[in-house]
Amino acid sequence: MKRTLQLLALLVGLAAAITWLATGANRGWTKTSVPVKTLDEVTGIEGITYQKKFLPGVDFLGAAFGGAALLAGASLFFRKPTTK
Amino acid sequence: MKLTHIIPLVSLATAVYAAPQSFDFKDPKGVNNAVFKLDAPLESINGSASGISGTVLFDPENPAATTGKIIVAAESLTVPNPMQKEHLHSPNWLDVAKYPEITFEEKSLANVKTDGNVTIADATGTFTLHGVAKEITVPIKLTYLKGKLSARVPKLEGDLLVVRANFTINREDFDIQKGQYEDKVSPTIDLSLAIAGAFVKQ
Repeated sequence: MKRTLQLLALLVGLAAAITWLATGANRGWTKTSVPVKTLDEVTGIEGITYQKKFLPGVDFLGAAFGGAALLAGASLFFRKPTTK
Repeated sequence: MKLTHIIPLVSLATAVYAAPQSFDFKDPKGVNNAVFKLDAPLESINGSASGISGTVLFDPENPAATTGKIIVAAESLTVPNPMQKEHLHSPNWLDVAKYPEITFEEKSLANVKTDGNVTIADATGTFTLHGVAKEITVPIKLTYLKGKLSARVPKLEGDLLVVRANFTINREDFDIQKGQYEDKVSPTIDLSLAIAGAFVKQ
């Protein structure tokens, strides 16, 4: 059990870090939409529309690392399996 | 036809031609937008608003006489983070349920300079936000695009008027969390407006 929790903590931390890096390492808050600019050629105005996209931010990373730390902490309550 | 009959007709035609045109800023293409930026030491907030309407009376022969009112639906203010958007619309900040409109009613233009179809000027008018009205002066740029409406909206003949303005306001002037959270929410708000209005020829 101890080893399982430690592995799970490592997995959660790594998965969060990889997801955060792969989506552009957004150092702001998590976004659920991103602005997309389109140019109106007649007026020269750049229109802004929002496209649904999940962009994890530092809050996502913090929550994931917090969860990983809890799992790692919980593993301390279990004893190492003894070999006879 | 006698000359005495022609003169009133010519005068009427000239008067009709010289009358200011009414440009409607309800954009069928949904391109019109207002961008806002707040850059605080701990947090930067960028967003935009698309719910723009209003009317501007513009006379191509006399741009200095331009008057009008632009309305932004407060509900249309958007930021990419859903929690920030919820806070922005909440009674603690803009209270969009109680104050559904952000408006600028232009009363006069000063320092008007026209070069071809482009006019730059300082517009003075009443800016209303969060239920507080304040007189401000903002630099604006008007671009008159004669006969260009059909290029944007097929089957409609008419002209376009593009209005651009960049200016800064202070949220404390409009009773928005005065003196609060200044490290996270900048007291100054940079606004950038780029909108096009249409005058349809009947």
